[in-house]
Amino acid sequence: MAKSVLAVDDSKTMRDMVSFTLRGAGYTVVEADNGVTALKALQGQKVDVIITDVNMPEMDGITLVRKIRAQPQYAGTPILILTTESDQSKKDEGRGAGATGWIVKPFSPEKLLQIVAKVCP
Amino acid sequence: MTEDQSYDLSRFKATYFEECSELLATAEETIARLQEGTGSDDDLNALFRCVHSIKGGGGAFAFEDLVHFAHVFETSMDALRSGRAQLTPHVADILVRGNDVLGDFVRAAQEGTTLPADHGAEVKASLASIISGERLPVDQAARPAPMAQPAAAAPVQPGFATWTIRLVPAPTLLKTGNDPLLMIRELASLGEMKVAVDRSRLPGLAEMDAQMAYLAWTFTLVTDQGRTAIEDVFEFVAGDSAEVSIEQIGQTVDAEEGDGWGLFAPLPPTPELTPSPATTAPGSTSAAHPAVVASPPRGGETGAGGIHTSSIRVDLDRVDRLVNMVGELVITQAMLGQQASGFSIESHPELVQGLQELSHHTRELQESVMAIRAQPVKALFSRAPRLVRDLSAKLGKQARLVMSGENTEVDKTVIEQLSDPLTHLIRNSLDHGIEMPDERVANGKPAEGTIHLGAEHRSGRVIIEVSDDGKGIDRRRVLNKAIEKGLVERGTPMTDEQIDQLIFAPGFSTAEQVSDVSGRGVGMDVVRKNIQDVGGRVVVQNIPGQGARFILSLPLTLAVMDGMLVAVGNQRYVLPLTNIVESLRPTAQQARALVDVGDVLTLRGDYIRLLRLHKVFGLDNAITEFTKGLVVVVETEGGDRIGLLVDELLGQQQVVIKSLDSNYRPVEGISAATILGDGRVALILDVGALRVMGERVSQAEAAAAAQAAE
Amino acid sequence: MSESNIRQFISFTIGDEEYGVDIMAIREIKGWSITTELPNTPAYMRGVINLRGAIVPILDLRSRFGRGVTDASPRHVIIVVAVGNRVAGILVDAVADILAVSSDDIQPVPQLEHVATGFLTGLVTVEGRMVALLDLDHVFAFDEMGINDTEAAA
Repeated sequence: MAKSVLAVDDSKTMRDMVSFTLRGAGYTVVEADNGVTALKALQGQKVDVIITDVNMPEMDGITLVRKIRAQPQYAGTPILILTTESDQSKKDEGRGAGATGWIVKPFSPEKLLQIVAKVCP
Repeated sequence: MTEDQSYDLSRFKATYFEECSELLATAEETIARLQEGTGSDDDLNALFRCVHSIKGGGGAFAFEDLVHFAHVFETSMDALRSGRAQLTPHVADILVRGNDVLGDFVRAAQEGTTLPADHGAEVKASLASIISGERLPVDQAARPAPMAQPAAAAPVQPGFATWTIRLVPAPTLLKTGNDPLLMIRELASLGEMKVAVDRSRLPGLAEMDAQMAYLAWTFTLVTDQGRTAIEDVFEFVAGDSAEVSIEQIGQTVDAEEGDGWGLFAPLPPTPELTPSPATTAPGSTSAAHPAVVASPPRGGETGAGGIHTSSIRVDLDRVDRLVNMVGELVITQAMLGQQASGFSIESHPELVQGLQELSHHTRELQESVMAIRAQPVKALFSRAPRLVRDLSAKLGKQARLVMSGENTEVDKTVIEQLSDPLTHLIRNSLDHGIEMPDERVANGKPAEGTIHLGAEHRSGRVIIEVSDDGKGIDRRRVLNKAIEKGLVERGTPMTDEQIDQLIFAPGFSTAEQVSDVSGRGVGMDVVRKNIQDVGGRVVVQNIPGQGARFILSLPLTLAVMDGMLVAVGNQRYVLPLTNIVESLRPTAQQARALVDVGDVLTLRGDYIRLLRLHKVFGLDNAITEFTKGLVVVVETEGGDRIGLLVDELLGQQQVVIKSLDSNYRPVEGISAATILGDGRVALILDVGALRVMGERVSQAEAAAAAQAAE
Repeated sequence: MSESNIRQFISFTIGDEEYGVDIMAIREIKGWSITTELPNTPAYMRGVINLRGAIVPILDLRSRFGRGVTDASPRHVIIVVAVGNRVAGILVDAVADILAVSSDDIQPVPQLEHVATGFLTGLVTVEGRMVALLDLDHVFAFDEMGINDTEAAA
């Protein structure tokens, strides 16, 4: 069965590119534009990997990671946060919140697929 | 999955630039608020995110110049939103310029042009100065700072480190007189701390012993105090009464790292975990165990990718097609209705009822579809404050802008088309309307002029108003100018209103009117044309000395309208239902011809000018006497009433508005066309224009009568 | 030499005269249907019709040339053409022929008295007949038409 990914980013361009890349590789992609809508999406279905931006309105990515980890069924789900190059504190916060790893924006489609495959083979 | 090295991301460019345009507009609005002092922390965050998103996308397409500039902008926004830098009026000005330059880079990226290498360098330096409070050498601020550099961007400053501390008290901890709360407080005093509690050992209420310690905690602490200080907090309990682990997490403790990515591991125990049978031990997030995740049942998968957003972006083309289809549906439904008009509810109950329901559903569908394209007029008004500010400063005048009805909804196309005309009207107000401060004061006005920009829905249309309390339009000058330009013959009798309307005449703008500020070559005639192109009209109400009001009246929905079909001679016309006040067959006393005025209807004490449509349109076979036909009293947007003589009313129906001038050209008195149930074209009457035509006819007749009397 | 530009035209008649329209401009050909008149327009503007949902103006070519108003009947023909961004129709008596003409054979229009020469782009002789080629832009110069336009005495 195809792996499913939840892609969370308030930029539609980003969402489009991530979805396009992942769907092209056979993943099912669910999109959300901020933490609140992301949590709602998770209520309706289970995903295998979560990729989220950190800077979003309503609920930022770090808080989202924390809330996702608070749900038992997502205790072990790989969560990747998308950061900007110099954002060390966000990385630390992500780590503290329970994220699995990080990817720096902008990233190439190949890199995205590589990392997603790594955390979710 | 392809091995293709060149993923073609260019398909996303359109979306990206669209997004940029929205973000830049939002940013401008936000900055305006910040400048005025009505901004909030949310605004700072929102502005950060705008720049962040533009930069992120830009990076994906390798728009290097854009990214470099955006990076500095983003970093300065980060400093502002986190409080490290202060938002002063000076800083706000820098943000304004920063946003402008950002827009330049976006546009250049979109058009594929390159800006000069030092474009925006000054602004970039100013932005950088926000970050550090001093002027940084431009280069240093311009490059996205690599991780290792303790650059201003990294909030964990030199000397500070981040620690993960785990405290698992032995159940008997409390009996030793140690209070976890005190330890926690002490730890918190060392720096910035976040706490996560682990309730996994907490038993049910029945089994709980109030003197036992069940909770455990994980702290994330940023402090410059060093490990020893942390250890000291737990000196009495570590090892004996509690398990304490202190671990520094920092830049390099990544299990795996690549170019631009990394995995955190080992992860601290995740908070609030109730171990559940379906998962393995908490914290096993390393790459090898994703299979675990699959075991809880997958409920409710929504298939190939649901999108959960609160809004969805759709190509305008698709919406247009949808609008057209709904329009055609309305026509077909009207045709069916007409075909079935011979059937009564007794003879064909289901058919008649079904058609009634169809009509109802069609109307609802049409309203919903129209609402899709409707947007608050706020988008149109957003540039006005800055325009007024900049322009009044430039002209040395004082003016403030008051806006109302920004949430009034208007079709998206209308907003796009009205942007230029509205800008021109505001400029015009400032340039020619509002006087210099001393002149105003000398005339007993406040030194500061007021420009009012308002929008509201009224009788089925959207009314947008631009008014000022300036000196109004000088009628004598306008008339002279018009005579000079050959637009009017000297000696032609004209009402004040007709003189005012002359400013819209083609060719009216003169070198005097067209100042550097209002823009060369953009006359009021172009403004009016733009407004007419979206099916609207504009009139001016002028009070010399006190000000001028420009009233734009626009259709609410561009495509469908409720109309009343009327017959005049052999022709059928449609009157917009929203214009109709009432209809009657007047008595001889009610409808009379008055000297110098023309035909007039007396109705409940009011005098209403009458108009013979057959005369205005040159039609044969029509009823020519008011008492033998029907007079339909209609009201124009300006509030004037006239009575139209028609042969009979043929019934009310919804009509789809079709443009006449896309294939032909505007016809006076006609606003558009429609297709009736029998497939024939019917013309939709323009009540406002009819009023003007009627006056012309009356004036001509009065002049002819005067001549005949000589 | 012999492969010079071949252009195709559809020719039609107004009374005894034959005119041609570039085939590339033609959208469709249909029979006359009753138009809805537009008020205060010249006599040659017959009005508008509904062409599959679009409002299309119909010009009476005979009247446009100043030869009087056509007494339209279902046997008359409307040729729907595209002119710039517009779609419009001309009312003619009947369709005549499809012509393939080499552009070398198209002659400039001399100053003739009874033909409204401003509306033509050229003349060509086909099988002994003279066909006048229409300049559609000129024929349909709507923006230049006055309200009380009359082309010569009707």
